[in-house]
Amino acid sequence: MNTTVVVLFLAIVILTLIITYFAAKHTQTTGDFYTAGGELKGWQNGIAIAGDYLSAASFLGIAGAIALYGFDGFFYSIGFLIAYLVVLFLVAEPLRNLGKYTLADMLKARFDATKVRGAAALSTITIVLFYMIAQLVGAGALIQLLFDIPYWIAVLIVGVMMTVYVLFGGMIATSWVQIVKAILLMAGMVIISFLVLLNFNFDIMYMFNEVKSVTSHGADYLKPGLKYTEPLGTISLMIALVLGTAGLPHILMRFFTVKDAKSARSSVITATWVIGIFYVLTLFLGFGAAAFVGEANILAANPGGNMAAPLLAKAIGGEILFAFISAVAFATILAVVAGLVLSGASAFAHDLYGQIIKKGKATDKQQMLAARYASLAVSILAILLALFAQYLNVAFLVSLAFCIAASANLPVILYTVYWKKFNTAGAVTSMLTGLFSALILVSLSPSVFSPVEGAALFVGEPIFPLANPALVSVPLGFLGGYLGTIFSKETNSRRYAKVKVKANTGYREKES
Amino acid sequence: MNNTSANKVDHDTNDQIDFVKVEQSPKFKKLMRDRKRFIVPLTIFFLVFYFLLPILTSYTTFLNTPVIGDISWVWLFAFSQFVMTWVLCTLYVRKATSFDKQADEIIDEQLGKGGKS
Repeated sequence: MNTTVVVLFLAIVILTLIITYFAAKHTQTTGDFYTAGGELKGWQNGIAIAGDYLSAASFLGIAGAIALYGFDGFFYSIGFLIAYLVVLFLVAEPLRNLGKYTLADMLKARFDATKVRGAAALSTITIVLFYMIAQLVGAGALIQLLFDIPYWIAVLIVGVMMTVYVLFGGMIATSWVQIVKAILLMAGMVIISFLVLLNFNFDIMYMFNEVKSVTSHGADYLKPGLKYTEPLGTISLMIALVLGTAGLPHILMRFFTVKDAKSARSSVITATWVIGIFYVLTLFLGFGAAAFVGEANILAANPGGNMAAPLLAKAIGGEILFAFISAVAFATILAVVAGLVLSGASAFAHDLYGQIIKKGKATDKQQMLAARYASLAVSILAILLALFAQYLNVAFLVSLAFCIAASANLPVILYTVYWKKFNTAGAVTSMLTGLFSALILVSLSPSVFSPVEGAALFVGEPIFPLANPALVSVPLGFLGGYLGTIFSKETNSRRYAKVKVKANTGYREKES
Repeated sequence: MNNTSANKVDHDTNDQIDFVKVEQSPKFKKLMRDRKRFIVPLTIFFLVFYFLLPILTSYTTFLNTPVIGDISWVWLFAFSQFVMTWVLCTLYVRKATSFDKQADEIIDEQLGKGGKS
């Protein structure tokens, strides 16, 4: 641990705490807490979405994957980006037009049944927990490496910080932490990419030529097939990546922080540009790390390749850049977990407590208190789970979260907005089939059972062959919704007319 | 805002606004037709284009043919996905302005300024 790292690290912590202090003063209503009062501007929300999305897994994970596996590492980047077209074309505007705080609120425009809200809250909480454990375990490992402190202290530092942001500053603080972090992250990416290009004499051809000879893979480094050798497994993962984003609770929640569909749209556009540029730059980071850090050094620091980006910063920019990138990585993790806590808390406090237990009759003060307790509960639960999950493979937790989001949340969102016959039974079966098929298939997959000791949780032959089951569970989610609908007599075509008109025009009744 | 108090079971029949009538109106039908005509083909296009990449890399090897120096088709294909995303986003924003205009007309003419209150 060196002084520069500590100073920059503290600077980031202080900066985010100042943001939280000012945000806390403006957080008075439940609306402020969950959605920053719906007052973020489109571009601000766009940068915050990018901040939410560009997790440590993207920043450190993809740079590492490209450094170690060349083209195959790039697959993630493509899927994560194109996912925004699904969001923009099919989800963002109707969601903003129909909803208030959560996915369950949006479904409420069409269905009154408590079980619909309950199912939506269940899938939200499951996704948030998996995603959060992944982020916290990754954070623990990273901070342990960067600052040379024990894992449990690292997890506690991150856990306490995120709890402070959410508890006191709510969505306003979380959004601003995300915006600041996204800007710092992009700045870091641009600086490293520039230095990498400088070292390659700004000659892309030379860069491609060079990386071909520096890794142990030789010319295969530039070809697909190093990491993803199994066709169906690759396609299944690509399905989860492209469809999962549109069902991730913390991304969905961001669409409620803007005032109308038009701002929701402009936030997706900003997010798409920022995220797109980011992923193009991951290529320079990956190639740079392969060329200037070297495969052996990357693997020696962390077998998952997670240290490729910080090591590259050190190799081409010295201690100061290393310290800066490490601090940015830390801020990245903080911002993402804070966003996750908030979406988990909203499912607990707003959907389960406010709407199901209190049947919508809780006062704003009670709701606000419930939201804060829920944030605390979600944080503590996630910290405890992360402390026990130190040796879990986090990559599989992230892809599982994407898979559940794609299988349980996306079908119900699309059916609610676009299918006239869709009904309560369909909504519940769709969410439950998607959720449980994803969970069950993963628990039978090579991610959990492997004949090689240490490669997965248990030693044994996997019953289901795909590590990511999206290829099967996403169609099952859609099928569940279809069958549930046609086997139940309920119709709500008058209600659907209203949903359709509102979703497509942005018409809102005045608050009565 | 359509919060909890706004819609209860079957209370839509009590609405002053007949949403079924709005839904059936020629203007709304035209908006839906225009939206569909834009969104459906482009969504199919980008999904096909996206899945073509893993399908081609998994089942064929011809994308490995070099084009310029060491850069092969697979890299160009991957970058074209980025370009496609940005182009489709821009196209959508342009198109959405005309959808917004149609929607505003429908709101002004058929929905009035706030239904329930």
